[in-house]
Order: sequence, then C-alpha cells, then structure tokens
Amino acid sequence: MRTIKIFKGTPMHNGNSFKFFSLSTIWLWLIIFSLIPYALVTLASFLSHDETHLIHLPFSLSHYAELSDPIYIKIFQKSFYLAGLSTLICLVVGYPFAYIIARAKSSFKHLFVLLIIIPFWTSALIRTYSMITILKPKGIVNSLLLWLGVIDKPLPMLFSDTAVVIGLVYNLLPFMILPLLTNIERLDNRLIDAARDLGAGRLTTFRKIIIPLTMPGILSGCILVFLPAMTIFYIPDLLGGSKSILLGNLIQNQFLITQNWPLGSAISIIFMLVLIALLVVYWRSTRKERQDLL
Amino acid sequence: MKKHLTSSAYLVLVFLFFYIPIAVLIAYSFNEAQYSLLWKGFSLRWYGELFLDTDLWVAVWHSLVLGIMSATIATGIGLLAAVSLYRYRFMGRQLLYGLVFVLILCPDIVMGISLLILFSISKVSLGFVSLLLAHITFCVPFVVITVYGRMVSFDEYIFEAAKDLGANDWIIFRSIILPLLWPAMLAGWLLSFTLSLDDVMISYFVAGPGFEILPLKIYSMVRLGIKPEINALCTVIFVFTLLLVVFSQRLLKKNISHFE
Repeated sequence: MRTIKIFKGTPMHNGNSFKFFSLSTIWLWLIIFSLIPYALVTLASFLSHDETHLIHLPFSLSHYAELSDPIYIKIFQKSFYLAGLSTLICLVVGYPFAYIIARAKSSFKHLFVLLIIIPFWTSALIRTYSMITILKPKGIVNSLLLWLGVIDKPLPMLFSDTAVVIGLVYNLLPFMILPLLTNIERLDNRLIDAARDLGAGRLTTFRKIIIPLTMPGILSGCILVFLPAMTIFYIPDLLGGSKSILLGNLIQNQFLITQNWPLGSAISIIFMLVLIALLVVYWRSTRKERQDLL
Repeated sequence: MKKHLTSSAYLVLVFLFFYIPIAVLIAYSFNEAQYSLLWKGFSLRWYGELFLDTDLWVAVWHSLVLGIMSATIATGIGLLAAVSLYRYRFMGRQLLYGLVFVLILCPDIVMGISLLILFSISKVSLGFVSLLLAHITFCVPFVVITVYGRMVSFDEYIFEAAKDLGANDWIIFRSIILPLLWPAMLAGWLLSFTLSLDDVMISYFVAGPGFEILPLKIYSMVRLGIKPEINALCTVIFVFTLLLVVFSQRLLKKNISHFE
C-alpha cells in the first residue's frame, strides 16, 4: 500500500520527461565537447596561420602538402615502426600470459587479475619515471650486468629507441593482456578437445582453433596498444634521446612550441584516418566472427 | 608437471617485469643517499622534504578538487547515458553507443588539441574551468561502460512491475536504478577520479599557468631529472592508487554477487 501511495503522491510528469532529460544531457555534452571540437580540428587543418593569428582564413591545403616533406614522412615511419614493434612485443609476451591466467585455478585467478589491474590504474607517468631508475647508467639493470660480468662498462640504454620501446611495452602491456584475458576466458574448451580428438596436433589446434577464436581479443589488444604507442609524447620525451621525435611529440610541438596549429591539426587528421581504417578492419573481423558463430 | 612449472615461471617473470621498477622506486624513496645507487641507510628525509614543499601541496589540492568535481559530474552524466542506452530505443542509439567507444579509443592527444581549439575559439581561459570540462569529457565514456556493464545483468521485469504499479521513469530511476547501481556508480567514480589524477596528455594542452595540477607538476619535475623527492612522491601516489584499486575491485565483486 505504502509504495502505491508514494507513486501517487508525486506530480504526474509526462512519462518521457526523464528520457528527454537524460538524452539531452548526454547528447549536448558530447556534441559540445566532442563532435564540435573534432570538427574544429578538421576545419583548422584546412586553414592558414600567421604570427598574430593561430588560425585564420583563407582555406589552404598547404599543410597537407607540407606533410609530404621527407622529415615528416620519416617521423610517421619511425612512429609506425616503434609503435608496431611495441605492439608485437606486447602480443608475444601478453598472449601466453593471458592464456595461462585464463586457465589458472580460480582461487589464484582473482589475485593475478588484481596484479594486472594495479599497473593498469597506476599513473603511466610514474611508471615511465620508474623505468628511468631502472635503465639509467648506474641503474639496476646495468649494475646487475656489470656484477655478472656480462659487460664491463654501463650500456647506454637510456635516451635511445630501445628505451622508448621498453617504456611503451611496460606501460601498455596491461592494455593487451586485459582484452585477451576476457576473450580467452570465454573460449569453449569442447572445441579444443574436439580438434584434438579429430587428430589435430597442438600446433594445428592452436593455429586453426585457438587463434581464430581469440582474434577479437588480439585485435582489440593491438588497437589499445598501438594507438597510444603512437601518441604518448611523454615516453619518448623522458626515455628517448633528442632524436626520438614521434608522432605525439610532433603534434605537441606544433601546438605548444612552433604554434602552427593548422599543421598540427593536419597531422592529427591523417593519424585519425589511420585509426578509422584500423577500426573498420576490427569491426569487420568481429562481424565475421559473429556470423560464423551463428 | 614440467609444463606447469614453465607456466608458473613465465607468470612470475612477467609479474617481476611489472613490479620491479616500482619496487626499486619505492626502495629508493627510503634511501638516505642523494645521488648514488648505494644504500646509505633508511631515512624518511625525502618524505620530510615533500611535506615542506608548499607548491606541491597547492598542486595536490588543485588535483583533488578537480578530480572530485570531474568524477562526480562525469558519474552523473555517464549514469544518465547508461540508463538511457539500456532502457530506451531511440533514434541515434547506435550512434551514441558508437561515439562512447570512439571516445575511449580516441588518442588522448587528439582530444587534447581539439579541446584546446574549442576553448581558444570560444574564449574560455585556460585554467580550472577548461581542465574541469576536459576531465569530465574524457571520464564520461568510462562511467558509461562501467555502469552499462552492470545494468545488463538487471532483471527487466523489475521495470515492468514498477510501471504496472504506477511509477514513472523518474521514480524508477530514484527507487530502483539508483539503489541497485550504486556500487557500479562508485566504481565508475573511482575510475574517473584516478583518470583525472593521472592525466598528463589532455591536461598538458588545456591547463593554464594559473592553475597547476599534480600530474603536470610531476612531469615538469621528472623532466629536470631524477630526485629522491620524486621517488617519495611517486611512492605516496602509488600507495594511494593501490588502495583505490583494491576498494573498487571489492565494490565490483560485491556488485556481481548481488545479482547472482
């Protein structure tokens, strides 16, 4: 009785006023702070700039033309290479790791998952800083190698591309492991057993059953590692040498140092196009998987 | 048995990779020595110096205010979005859903520059307001997926029953959705709070000189080189993050068992 009274006592709104309120809140927010800003970046990439104005008319394609300069092409190539290498290392290290954890006894599993989530939540800046402590000439890796007699003078690991890749892998590995883990956990064991019963070897089972079924996890992990790897400007900034300019640093420089916003926008737009292409590949491949399951 | 050993060894190895750098950092924060790697005895000296650094306290205070405000507002907006996505079929639902995912995937740097252009065109001065708006924007999608993920396990008949008893959507929201969802909301809030406290990429573009925040302060300290005070500061932040993670994991677990 009491509940009915409460319901009666409230003024009778149009049943849909809540719906209207929620939807307009979220749409307004996303339009003002996401769609319009992205449109502005696109627009800015086609505008000009001079010393007094950050962006102004007339329209021009010169910034896109400028990107064909070998300097920029080299930076794009290098970013792709280092980000791709980091993604590959994350996949090779992360896949068996996720596989073992997904199949671990459930009593341990909670602990293992917690141990991956902690670095995932810890500030990437702090973790990058901790890498400096490890890699510096008098750091722990060099001291260990010296003590073992493997080397007789400290390796210059810090401020190199190697350090950047180590830093990227260290920071982004959890982003590879977590989607893989979710995917491998859902793997139907009966399919593996069936393949083995039908005479497939370990390798064949892995190649023909396990890999295709975990492809969505592999792809989302790769996307989650690759995209930030291209753009986290503070990792090359802190771990790389002065030559380690990657895409993220390039965009950052255009906006905050040389103040060439249209060029910075054009670089971002090209990068976003690559991102969209990757997402389309991802979406298509998961759709195929969904259809196969049906 | 041999296979089991190999797997365990592999797990240990990867976990060591994750934790050794942080462990070394923590160990050095207690080292008396200023420059050398050698252990010169246990000391709380660097924590003491941190405590006396008033600039740092200002940045911490700014970050906490910013984190609490942006997490709270983002949780509100994200909650409304998740509830709408779950309960209603409306025009553009797929688009909204897609947009949330695009925002999560969208590289921070692109969000940073796009908001910088927006603020500069609309003459919003860079400082607290621009940071707050930016932080809310990048937190909302994470709240949406945290809350939506929990709502999927709801029994839909509960809404039908409430409607039959005469409840409108406001009452359903207040009397059914909020009480059932608070653990997921709190988890979303904590995630947003952590994201806000840790963000460098976006804040770097939309921060102004008048309002210094902790991650940017740490970034500028780190760029100048290694100092024992930074080790101490990072240790404090790491322990704080650890507490938040354990707390939020408990919440989510409780939340799941609630529905089982």
